[in-house]
Amino acid sequence: MITETKGYMSVNFLISQAKNIQIVIDENAAEIEALDQNIGDGDHIFNVQRGLKLVVELENDIKNLPLQKGLNMIAMKVLSGIGGSSGALFGTFFMSMAKTPDLDKDIDFKKACEMVISGINAMRERGKADVGEKTMMDVLIPVSEKLSELKSGNKDVKEGLSEIIKIAEDRMLGTKDMLATKGRASFLGERAKGHIDPGARSSQLIIDSICKSLINK
Amino acid sequence: MKKFINNVDDFLKESLNGFGKAHSDIITINFEPNFISRKSKTKEGKVSLISGGGSGHEPMHGGFVGHGMLDAACPGFVFSAPTPDQMQAAAEHVDSGAGVLFIVKNYSGDIMNFQMGAEMYSGKNDSIITNDDVAVEDSTFTTGRRGVAATVLVEKIVGSLAENGGSLDECKKLGEKVNKNSGTMGVAFTSCTVPAAGKPTFDIGNDEMEFGVGIHGEPGRKREKIQPSKTIVNNMLEAILDDLKPEKNEKTLLFINGMGGTPLTELYLVYDDACEILKSKGIEITRSLVGNYCTSLEMQGASITLLKCDEEILKNWDAPVHTAAMRWGM
Repeated sequence: MITETKGYMSVNFLISQAKNIQIVIDENAAEIEALDQNIGDGDHIFNVQRGLKLVVELENDIKNLPLQKGLNMIAMKVLSGIGGSSGALFGTFFMSMAKTPDLDKDIDFKKACEMVISGINAMRERGKADVGEKTMMDVLIPVSEKLSELKSGNKDVKEGLSEIIKIAEDRMLGTKDMLATKGRASFLGERAKGHIDPGARSSQLIIDSICKSLINK
Repeated sequence: MKKFINNVDDFLKESLNGFGKAHSDIITINFEPNFISRKSKTKEGKVSLISGGGSGHEPMHGGFVGHGMLDAACPGFVFSAPTPDQMQAAAEHVDSGAGVLFIVKNYSGDIMNFQMGAEMYSGKNDSIITNDDVAVEDSTFTTGRRGVAATVLVEKIVGSLAENGGSLDECKKLGEKVNKNSGTMGVAFTSCTVPAAGKPTFDIGNDEMEFGVGIHGEPGRKREKIQPSKTIVNNMLEAILDDLKPEKNEKTLLFINGMGGTPLTELYLVYDDACEILKSKGIEITRSLVGNYCTSLEMQGASITLLKCDEEILKNWDAPVHTAAMRWGM
């Protein structure tokens, strides 16, 4: 049964998660950059790092704002400050989260799931990518599906989060042997095989960081 | 990495500053959000053309802002698509009421950001997507072909039509025609180094070349041993002709584009080889363009673009143009 129901999403939650994620991404920056240089052009890691820095720097401007306003400001910052595919996709993610109804109430686990699911759906639509195309969506879509299941089920939250960590990791590793059909890696054909998608790796690290911090809370 | 840099974070801003100062008679640089616009206002009734993309391809696109070509260009960070607020601000700045045509190279990041920019802009607008790179196979299930050097030709030719009163629909139609009638193939001898990365994007042996390279140093069709120019040019042209299938005696524009690190002397040698090969196949070259127009930082290499020309294309190609990187007839 869902044990805790409150405090799963707030402006301060988002900022503190961004700070945690920043550390994890920096620790793995060299690996992500190398993955991107294998099958892309090497800009992904800089875009992710720039985006996280921008969000963390927003802290003073948004910490006292209601969630919806805070999310919108994060969305605009990410959208205008990153560039590339990551900027458009993550910007879309936050914009769509901000559109979830009833954000002025306390956000329980179910509501937080609903927000993330709607964010991932919007990314899917924006990028027109599905699972099996060697992109970050290979990690995000299965995670979103699992969240849907957890949202309507009665599983213990921490157990559910552990499952999400596992799904994200498996799906990230699964991009290794895929052919890419979206994004810059798609121009490589067979040569993209044998390399993990850098967007899948960064997304997995982000999910891993968030889930672990919730499990340990 | 050996580059003229003061501070990596200021790289783009300082470069744009210099560009603005050097060409202050033609363009104005606008910051936050960044876009380059013509110095003079768009005349009433003229469709505005806006392009953009990652930086590092100079003179594309900022060098093509001016009379007879673009009204504005939105530069992103090096090799990263610009952001939607740049396109929105540029559109609001240049639109004189006749609408805005966005010219977008076919890369996922560019497409998504331009799409969002177009959604955020309330005025009349439309887009064309260039995808001239024959190195990549096209399919409805994939991202498809990349937009590369033919984008320069699209901007010049559509720019002329817009200058002469073409409507938004007419401009879009002509742009699509130019894109459809052109094919490009690129080869790289060396990698390029993105300033923020500080090291080459890919490793390549002293005796190797990347056949079918993209304009971001992303790998192409295959890695090969380097060969005499005639052989390389022949292989590049074969890929283009396979795709374009020009008729005998069809009029064409031959565009030899440098990637940034190859001297003009070599580009003209490539032009010579290409002329001879095309002549032997009965293809008529009626217009030419040789130089560094769609570059990939300091990469050594070149691309060949062939454009099949009809009267409408030729007329608009010949029309006067006055931009930082392309100027004739005025």
